[in-house]
Amino acid sequence: MFRFIVKRLFAMIPVILAVTLVVFTIMWFVPGDPTNIILGNEWTETASAQLKTELGLDQSFLVQFFRYTINLVQGDFGMSYITRAPVGEQLMARFPNTLKVVAGAMVFCVGVGVPIGVYSGVKPYSLFSNFTMVVGLLGVSLPIFWLGLLLILFFSVYLGWLPSSGLDGFSSLILPSLALGSNYMANVMRTTRSSMLEVIRQDYIRTAKAKGVNARDVVLKHALQNAMMPTVTVIGMNIGALLGGVVLTETVFSIPGTGRLLVEAINKRDTPTVLGCLVIMAVCVAISNLVVDIVYAYMDPRIKAQYGGGKD
Amino acid sequence: MDETVKKYTTRKEFFKQYKKKSRLQETWNRFLRNKLAVIGLIIFVFIVLAAVVAPLIADYETDAIKINVPNRLKSPNAEHIFGTDELGRDIMARIVHGARISLVVGFAAVALALFIGGALGAIAGYFGGKIDEVIMRCMDVFLCLPDVLLALAIVAAFGTNLVNMTIAIGLSFTPKFSRVVRSAVMTVRGIEYVEAARAIGATNTQIITNHVLINCFGPIVVQVTLYVASAILTISALSFIGLGIQAPIPEWGNMLASGRVYMRDHAYIVMAPGLAIFVTILSLNLLGDGLRDALDPRLK
Repeated sequence: MFRFIVKRLFAMIPVILAVTLVVFTIMWFVPGDPTNIILGNEWTETASAQLKTELGLDQSFLVQFFRYTINLVQGDFGMSYITRAPVGEQLMARFPNTLKVVAGAMVFCVGVGVPIGVYSGVKPYSLFSNFTMVVGLLGVSLPIFWLGLLLILFFSVYLGWLPSSGLDGFSSLILPSLALGSNYMANVMRTTRSSMLEVIRQDYIRTAKAKGVNARDVVLKHALQNAMMPTVTVIGMNIGALLGGVVLTETVFSIPGTGRLLVEAINKRDTPTVLGCLVIMAVCVAISNLVVDIVYAYMDPRIKAQYGGGKD
Repeated sequence: MDETVKKYTTRKEFFKQYKKKSRLQETWNRFLRNKLAVIGLIIFVFIVLAAVVAPLIADYETDAIKINVPNRLKSPNAEHIFGTDELGRDIMARIVHGARISLVVGFAAVALALFIGGALGAIAGYFGGKIDEVIMRCMDVFLCLPDVLLALAIVAAFGTNLVNMTIAIGLSFTPKFSRVVRSAVMTVRGIEYVEAARAIGATNTQIITNHVLINCFGPIVVQVTLYVASAILTISALSFIGLGIQAPIPEWGNMLASGRVYMRDHAYIVMAPGLAIFVTILSLNLLGDGLRDALDPRLK
């Protein structure tokens, strides 16, 4: 297993480098002269030229990219054009908020989606199951930002139970997590239900029942592990979308996170900050893909066996 | 003479009743049996119609764009069934005109993604080996960037106008289409008629376009339906955060963005645009699911 993880970790490096190259190339096309943004009213021909040499902006694309990557590896994301502070600092300040929202959404999506999916897969013709299917169908089509606005209207404006913006304390995390997670919750629920439906009809489930295993253990011990494989895939595939959706959630709930920082930076043409946000989010996606692969390997003995039969 | 015999005057007509229904006909019948899918289709056709006849419902310049301050923030009434917005414009007028933008950009973006992604996917899937490896690794890199973020980056670099939006969304969906087409092509590639086409000397291009892609039609149509839904969602999302379609052009996402300031006292202002997005996406999802089941009955 250890060998598997190390192998995947190394495979991640070129992917992250390539993503950086892609993002860097796109940002290369940002029109206008960054020295205009940095210097503002103090802009003169000579000051601009001097600053360009200082920041290395007069170098060729390849040199600039190479330099950016070298700095990146050392944890240096460059300097913001607007605040003139290191982008890394801003990211470190904002990123935990984003993580909180994403984690909240994940907890909601797995914690609610999986049990409901399992239950309605085991009892597919019950009223509850039909109800959850309708909810699931509506849930996958709900736009995050509209749901967010509706949640604010209902829970903060009418009921006054939960704060509508900002991020301090647990209560302010509930609505953003619901808004961000419900789409994926519906997805996870539907996937779990359909794979549970499939698994529950298999022969080995009947065998277990015939042996006299009680109904709960049949579902939880025999069926669940196999039924979870597609669910894990769906969760893994959606982490990227979740990180994309966080931009919207942070906008709706005015949360000072990476997504909000990204939008602000785009509006202000603060290219180094935009780059930093995009790179860090791409790294997150790459890491979560890795985690999903590892979970997958743990759950599927066939993959485990490929890498030394679980001995190491 | 017997009644039944008389009915068929020619041999051809007699055999007609035993003729096997075409695959398309069969698929269509299966589709019609799925109530949810039919509902999705009806809703979607209705939305398209609303977009097409939008100028008849409300004039673009006078109802959807022109500011009419005395009329601002009117709750839904007989004259304005969805009310008026913060600048006194009829929300209904803006919704139907917004539908035109969403649908056009949605379909155009998916067409672009299908064209580029489809070509790459077809090449990768058909040739396999090194070419496949290179193309798909490149696509994997793009998949590391969530499509909203990729679209954001492209819009940030090239500016926010309709064409750039379409390109941005189209490019951000390209990797997904390349995967869909690739896997569809790979399943078709090994079938005998491809072998037969090669045996009679067809070129690779001919085989891909005339034999392989034609037979991948099913899964591609399904994905197109589902991705048009996500494209429309992405347009609204970008507009909502202020990096998509800009005011005063009516677009569902930017209507939500400008209305949210007033929603505490005028909740209706965020209802209609949100519902418009929701219903459109829902109808396309129902339609897509229905098509998938109809095209591949084994899946059910």
